[in-house]
Parts: sequence; structure tokens; C-alpha cells
Amino acid sequence: MTRLVVRRLLLLIPMVWLVATLAFVVVAAAPGSYADTIDHPGLSAEQRAELEARYGLDQPVHRQYLRWLGSLAGGDLGISFVTKEPVIRLLARTVPPTILLGGAALLLDFVLGILLAVAAARRPHGWFDRVSSFLGLGLAGLPSFWVAGLAILVFALILGWFPASHMRSVAASGLSGPAGLADLLHHLVLPACCLGLVGAAGTARYLRSTLMDVRGERYILAARTRGLSERRILWIHTLRPALLPVITLLGLSLPFLVSGSVVIETVFSWPGVGLTLLSAAHARDIPVVMAVTILGAVAVLLGSLLADVLSAAIDPRTREDSP
Amino acid sequence: MRPSRGLHAGLAGLGLLVLLCVFGPVVLPAPPAADPARAALLPPGAAVTEVILTDGRGLVSPDVTVGNEAIVVRGPFRDTELSPAEVVSVRKGRFLLGSDRMGRDVASQLMAGGRFSLAIAGLAAIIALLVGSSVGIAAATGGPVTDSALMRLVDVLMAFPLLFLLILVATLFRPGPVALALILGMTSWMGLARLVRGQVLALRGRTFILAAQAAGASKTFVARRHLLPNLAGPLSQDTALRLGDLVLAEAALSYLGIGVSPGMPTWGGMVAQGHRVMVEGWWLATFPGLAIAALVISLALIGDGIQERLTRGARS
Repeated sequence: MTRLVVRRLLLLIPMVWLVATLAFVVVAAAPGSYADTIDHPGLSAEQRAELEARYGLDQPVHRQYLRWLGSLAGGDLGISFVTKEPVIRLLARTVPPTILLGGAALLLDFVLGILLAVAAARRPHGWFDRVSSFLGLGLAGLPSFWVAGLAILVFALILGWFPASHMRSVAASGLSGPAGLADLLHHLVLPACCLGLVGAAGTARYLRSTLMDVRGERYILAARTRGLSERRILWIHTLRPALLPVITLLGLSLPFLVSGSVVIETVFSWPGVGLTLLSAAHARDIPVVMAVTILGAVAVLLGSLLADVLSAAIDPRTREDSP
Repeated sequence: MRPSRGLHAGLAGLGLLVLLCVFGPVVLPAPPAADPARAALLPPGAAVTEVILTDGRGLVSPDVTVGNEAIVVRGPFRDTELSPAEVVSVRKGRFLLGSDRMGRDVASQLMAGGRFSLAIAGLAAIIALLVGSSVGIAAATGGPVTDSALMRLVDVLMAFPLLFLLILVATLFRPGPVALALILGMTSWMGLARLVRGQVLALRGRTFILAAQAAGASKTFVARRHLLPNLAGPLSQDTALRLGDLVLAEAALSYLGIGVSPGMPTWGGMVAQGHRVMVEGWWLATFPGLAIAALVISLALIGDGIQERLTRGARS
């Protein structure tokens, strides 16, 4: 197990390097540069050249790449072209909101997904199963931005129960302690529910079908003949093996903490990584774009590592084949 | 829901949507002209009268009085009085799904956006199918070096957060429709390559393939007669689900304003437009959202239905 983790962590380095290089190629191949986005009529050719020189944009591409790679290896992510602050500080500001939003959504996704699937599997083709699979299918097909818009319209604009956007209210910006936390959670409800409910529909649908597969296994029949209660059979004997693919799904959906929430962050003006990437890409803010992309890649890779470790912890069968 | 019923419902839904988007404009009566001054943000089902002038302009208003001496077109701010000589035709029409802020018919925009979404997702799915199955077959049959090289490439591409890549490329390159389909296709073939490689490797050891090879069948014969028919099921299931994902991805990009050029009506873009006036015009975002959902759900039903058939076939 430890060897598996260590080996996979070591593999992380070349993988991240390859992803970063790919991202660099995409950015370098794109027409235009940061200087183009400063659309100032008084910007003379000399000023433009000076600007490009200051950000190293006048250098040949391979020189830019090596310079960027060198500072990356030294742990320096550079300085944002636009806000002139170190990228690391920018990330420190935008990563926690994204993790908060994504984590809350993921929690909702899995808790609700598992509860719904188990409730549906208690009586296959019963009324609850029919209604919930019908609703789940509908919810899984809805685009998240549309659900978010509807939620804002109903719960923020018409009913006024929750704020429509942002992470904190202006009045609460100085608040700390319980009042500030309550304000934050109040803002979190709508975006987390939009992200989590759509995900829960998919998780429940997926888990229900694996639960159905496991129900047909002989050891379930064996458990039943031993006189175990239906509840015990469902929650222990059926759910545990059926959860395995869901755990893999959990690891694979970790990247959605970073990338899947771009849309939701945009709709709710949530000050996270997704929104940062979007504005950085528009502004050709290369250091920020590169840093966020690397962060996303690390999240994807750690997610699949986490999935493997978790499934090894749950399922003894996968432990034996692991190197 | 029984599997075959789901499959049929999905196929019917998809067929209906395609027919509506492609042939809807031909069959349905022509929509009223766009008139931002008088016909903006009319609710679904609003009956309007369309007055076409000799100079080619069209005035559309819910409230038009046609008299012998004058035709009065009422607007929110002022009324326009026209003499019959200025008017070419007067026609009653209806905004079935309401009108947008520019006074355009939402229903016909929805159909145009649907053609567009379907074409882009379809083209992207074909690209993904071609690239994914070529890479998968090459990896499965090309020897250990090719195999591990191609699979490592797949790993790296899969480690790239997909939406990030799409956002980067779409923002930096500003692609047109065909380029967008190409980008979507080129970023979504990796899962397919893994699937095809796994299927081919699994099939290669099966006795009927060995028997065919032992009987002296050529490689192309084995591929055509044994590999392709066995791949068709998993591939079509995967493609149905992938199409749904592609539709959602295209819609998300259009929603973020980085899809194809803003002038083109796309479902995602229409939702974004609708969200700016969600209180005054709830119907603007509602219908394109439901259209996306209907399309994605149909595709999911088709994918699940094929899956059920495959597992049932494997059991019997």
C-alpha cells in the first residue's frame, strides 16, 4: 500500500510536467499576447515593446518555456500580469473558496446519492424507485447553469431566502466568528446545492444499478438463508461491494472540485479558481493560467490516486493485485 | 422503467428533437418579424399582429387596430399610425414560446440553436469515435512499445482537467463552429480509446477468434467479421452517453460566452441571455434549458437501453 502511494506520487512529477508543457504549448500557440488586451489608444509601439520585454514576451518561445520551467522547479509560480501580485498569493485567496464549494457539493452529492440509491434498492421497481429514478434521470440531464439560474430566481429573487451571489455580504465583510461563518454558510447553500444535487442524481443512478447487480449474487442469497435481516443484508452485504465503483467515481470527481465548478462559480460570482481561470484566460495572464492548469492536473491525479487507495482499503481483492 | 421501453422513449425523444429542429422551420408558420420597440419580452403564446411596410420594415405588436383609413400599431411608448398605402400586408401570428429582448421569436431561435448544437455535438462525437477507436485498435494490435506509448499519452490527456483545456482553447483561439467541434472531439476520445483497447484485447483471446485465425482467416476478415460486430454495441452505448456530455459541454461554453461567435443562437447562449432578464422574462432561459435536458435525457436513455441489451445478450 505504502509502495503504491509512493510510486504514484513519484509518477505525479512527470505527469504534471507533461500537462504543464501541453498547457504552455496551447498558450504559446494562441494568437496575440497580454499586450493586446491592454486596449489603450495611447499605447505607442515603444511602450508596447517595453511592456512585452518586462513580461518576457519578446523572447523566443523556447526561451520563455525554459525560464518558466526553471522558476516552476524552484517553486516560483511567477507574478500575475494583471493584478501584479504573486500567483501563489492569488491561489491562496481563490483555492479555499473553491474547495469549500466543491467539498460541500461533493458531500451532498455522495450522502444524498447513497441514501437515495439504497432507499430505491429496498424495493426495486416500487413506487419510490420509479419516482426517484425518473427524477434522477431528469436532474442528471439538466445543465447545472440552468438549474443555478432557476434556483437564483426562485430562492433568491422571489422568495428571498438566500443571497443570489458572492461569498460574503458587504455588511459582513468585517465580521468574524460565528456571525461571519453564518453569513458564509448562508451564501454557500444555493451554489453547493446546485452543484451537489445534479451530482447526487448521477451518483444515485449509478449506485442503484450496481446495487441491483450485487443483489443477484449468490452470497446475498446465502446471507438471506442464514436468516440475516433484510436491513443488514442491504446496508452491509450489498452496499459495501456496490460502493466500490462509487468510490472510484468519488476520486474521479475530485477534479470537479476545481474544474466542474467553473460554471457555478460564474453564475454565483463565487470568488474561486474557476472564475480566476476564466478572467485570466481572457486577459492572457499566462502565469495565472499556467498555475491554475497545473493545480487542476494535480487535483485530477491526486483524485485518481485517492480512488485507488480508497478502493484498496475497502476491497481486499484489489489489494492483492496492487504492486 | 423496463429497458426496452427506455430505449424506445430515448430514440423517440431524440428523433422528435431532430425532426423539430431540422424540419420545424419548414412545417410551422413563419414566425413574426423581430421588433424590439413593440414586441420585446412577450410571454409564451402571445398573439401578435405583424404589419409589413412598403419599405420592408416589419412592425409587430400585440395591439393593432386595422381601420379603413388608418392602421394603428400600439407600442409601450407611442402609437404608430399608418395609412393603408404604406402597408404591404397584415398578418396575425403567435409567439409560441414568447419573444426575447430583441422582439425575436424564441421558438424559431430554439430550432436554429438546436440544429447548431446537434451538428456540433454530432461532428465532435464522430471525431472522437474515429480518433478513439483508431488509437485503441493501434494500441491493442501494435505491439508493446506502441501500446504503452499510446496509453501513457491517454493518461496525460486524461490528467488534463477537460473543462480547463476547453476554456483555454476556446478563449485563446476563438474557434468557429467547425473548429469548436474539432476541439470538443479531440478532447473527448481518450475514454473511448481505453474502451476499444480493452475490448479488442479481451476479444483476441476468445476461442472464435482463435478458431478463425487457425482456419487461416485474413486479418481484415477477422476484423470485419468478428471484431467490429462485437465492438459495435459498447461503442454505440459509449457514443450515446458521450453525445450527451458533448451537448452539455458545448452549452456550458456558450453559456460562459466563449463558445462560437455571440451572434449565433445556441441553447447555452440563450440561457445566458435569459438569465439577464430572469424576472421579466422567465421563458427565455426556461425553454432552451428544457431543450438541452430533453436531448441529454434522450441520449442517456438510449445509452442505458443499449447497455441493458448488451448485458442481457451476454447472460443468455
